[in-house]
Amino acid sequence: MNALSISGLEKTYGSDMRALKGIDLSVPEGDFFALLGPNGAGKSTAIGIICSLINKSAGTVKVFDYDIDLQKEAAKASIGLVPQEFNFNVFEPVLPTLLNVAGYNGIERGEALRRAEYYLKKLDLWDKRKSAARALSGGMKRRLMIARALVHEPRLLILDEPTAGVDLEIRRSMWAFLKELNEQHGTTIILTTHYLEEAEALCRNVAIIDRGEIVEQGEVSQLLSRSMLETFVLDTRGHPQTAPALDPFVIRVRDAEHLEVDVPRGESVNNLFQRLTEAGIEVTSLRNKSNRLEEFFMRLVSHENAEAK
Amino acid sequence: MSASDGLIRKESALPQPIDLVAVNRIALLTIVRKEIRRFARIWVQTIVPPSINAVLYMLIFGTLIGSRISDMDGFRYIDFIVPGIIMMSVIINSYSNVASSFFSSKMQNYVEELLVSPVSNLTIVVGYVAGGMARGLLVGSLVATVSLLFSDIRPVHPFITFGIAVLTSMMFSLGGLINAIFAKSFDDISIVPSFVLTPLTYLGGVFYSISMLPSFWQTASLFNPVLYMVNGFRYGILGTSDIAIWTSFFVIVAFIVLLGTVAITLMNRGVGIKH
Repeated sequence: MNALSISGLEKTYGSDMRALKGIDLSVPEGDFFALLGPNGAGKSTAIGIICSLINKSAGTVKVFDYDIDLQKEAAKASIGLVPQEFNFNVFEPVLPTLLNVAGYNGIERGEALRRAEYYLKKLDLWDKRKSAARALSGGMKRRLMIARALVHEPRLLILDEPTAGVDLEIRRSMWAFLKELNEQHGTTIILTTHYLEEAEALCRNVAIIDRGEIVEQGEVSQLLSRSMLETFVLDTRGHPQTAPALDPFVIRVRDAEHLEVDVPRGESVNNLFQRLTEAGIEVTSLRNKSNRLEEFFMRLVSHENAEAK
Repeated sequence: MSASDGLIRKESALPQPIDLVAVNRIALLTIVRKEIRRFARIWVQTIVPPSINAVLYMLIFGTLIGSRISDMDGFRYIDFIVPGIIMMSVIINSYSNVASSFFSSKMQNYVEELLVSPVSNLTIVVGYVAGGMARGLLVGSLVATVSLLFSDIRPVHPFITFGIAVLTSMMFSLGGLINAIFAKSFDDISIVPSFVLTPLTYLGGVFYSISMLPSFWQTASLFNPVLYMVNGFRYGILGTSDIAIWTSFFVIVAFIVLLGTVAITLMNRGVGIKH
């Protein structure tokens, strides 16, 4: 069964601003799925429609086979949403924030208290349960939104840039939590993020949306294997001021101690090292310039934009 | 941070049916509890000022000025205006509570907590209206209690008194909700109470009997819905009214049906809350 099936989804704001241009998307149950795209691509619009926060213009959306138009209550009961912007009552203390949402989802008070305690402890917020939400730090607010989205134990969790503005340590612990939620408890997770290493580290499948259209969709590993080249930064000793020509590698001088090298797909890095050694350049270490998915994404989106122009 | 030791479990591939009646019952209780907790938490802003206002009205208009005014409809002036002052508190507080609370939920976007949950729009409307009624009736009760310091009136028809108060608070809570649905700024939720509700209340027979007015203004007053509430409530307490009691009930119920239908329709269309 698909956790999410979208067919021909369109959204037009006003008379001519087409935010979504008939997208089709399927997310299997149990998947950890990334929805990527530049700002204004249509990610948040799509999520808003799935969660009944935005009225669609055309198309169908099914959540675990529940049509959001015909069986919207059952569809909504299956979804937990962590939105991009903070959207809780800042004057409400942390614990009642969770109890309210549990109540809106039909969970009896006693059970709601038990679940709220569980998730607040899991997300290190139990000590803050009596604090007003406005008194929390940015990272705590993000975690509060995750706890709130989980309190009714949805089968599909949608996170719209959940780690934006969160420090690295908290981001990593959130990754671990989400991964465990997906792998051990079977919760289907859809993630939008600007941190593409996040998608590469967590997700099995990915769709890339740009200008309201899905421009690429598939397994992360398959998309990465289609990446035409990878860029490395080399720490060097004794490289010349001008970049050596070592076809098929494209080399650029970054500064006195660093070179950037584009390595085409299928080319051996050993071959690169050998050629550099022959050119009298000693490599002391190397690293990826950016993560591979990010490179793929940037090339894809810039290509789409160039075609659009 | 870990998800293990779980309450949460892998579920079967089959969708679980949900009991919509139970969901909406619990959701309704949750919304009402939340609304009452909200105005109780800020009681210095929500409960005390309207009670003080009412005391000032009774002190100035009823005792100081009223002592120089002759009987009205056979009652001391202070006794005549007390039902209207109580009703004024019910109207303003029911309206303001829902307008302010629902608009805040829109402004801070936490109305989305409700919109993404399986709770029906009818339940949302009923929940917010019940919260507004709770505040309106609480402040009305406090004002009624305080009025015992100035007047010794007792309801002649307690059930009618209570019925009119409940229906009036319901009607103005619905009005506050509709105001909040359309509002785009805090100015939008203060304009109606200042420029519509207050004039209608003052001109709705709180401080006078419309029988004192020239015939044109008597007829014009009949288009003011507040007149029917004030007079219905006054009938319940004093046993006298400018309007037949069943006319009062009919007008209030008709407005409730109208405003309720408008509120549900707006919610279903997502006006002011969905893009």
